Amino acid sequence: MKRFSVSAGPIDPDGFRRALVDPSCGAYVQFEGWVRDHNEGQQVLRLEYEVYEPLAVKEGLLIVDEAMERFEISRAAASHRSGLLELTDVAVVVGVSAAHRGPAFDACRYIIDQAKLRLPIWKKEHYANGAAEWVNCRHCAEAGHAHHP
Amino acid sequence: MSIIVRYFAAFREAAGLAEEHVDTTAATPAALFAECVARHSALERYTASLVAINDEMAGWESELSDGDEVLFFPPVAGG
Repeated sequence: MKRFSVSAGPIDPDGFRRALVDPSCGAYVQFEGWVRDHNEGQQVLRLEYEVYEPLAVKEGLLIVDEAMERFEISRAAASHRSGLLELTDVAVVVGVSAAHRGPAFDACRYIIDQAKLRLPIWKKEHYANGAAEWVNCRHCAEAGHAHHP
Repeated sequence: MSIIVRYFAAFREAAGLAEEHVDTTAATPAALFAECVARHSALERYTASLVAINDEMAGWESELSDGDEVLFFPPVAGG
């Protein structure tokens, strides 16, 4: 299994567990991000992810490698969806196997947190009222924040 | 110098285009983005969070070179 991939089609979460099994490991932690039906008081119908794949893959691999270096873990992999997703679809999966549960939890948390901060991925939510907005940019626009720097 | 600028997600929609070739004297991505905002006023409403040069993450004060491809990323929202 690739340590990091962008997937245009459905992700099979069970495939991560199978691929990351290791006889030296006593712990396996997996995180799944799902598409939920609400955000900030709005009813969400579906969403789409725009991914700049060349850099998302490069940065995703870097994040998984960082986790391998920082924590006492044996294996790790992650995948993020692109394209149109419906409610309850799996948007992102992170799997980590390790000898002990502590580093497995910590590394899994590190990978998903860094992925949210660093991957060039953007989410557009489609709402029940017919509107569609890029998440986060809505706040910038409403707050009238100046652009960087 | 000649630079290729690429916009993504909300930036692409605000600028009304995905890519443009610009002649500029801007020395840094920060200065270049300010020029882009001047050309595309809808960009003014947004915060730029990350910048990449030639498919490598870069800083806002990195030095630009002739022929660079500069990617402006609006706030990311993966996961």
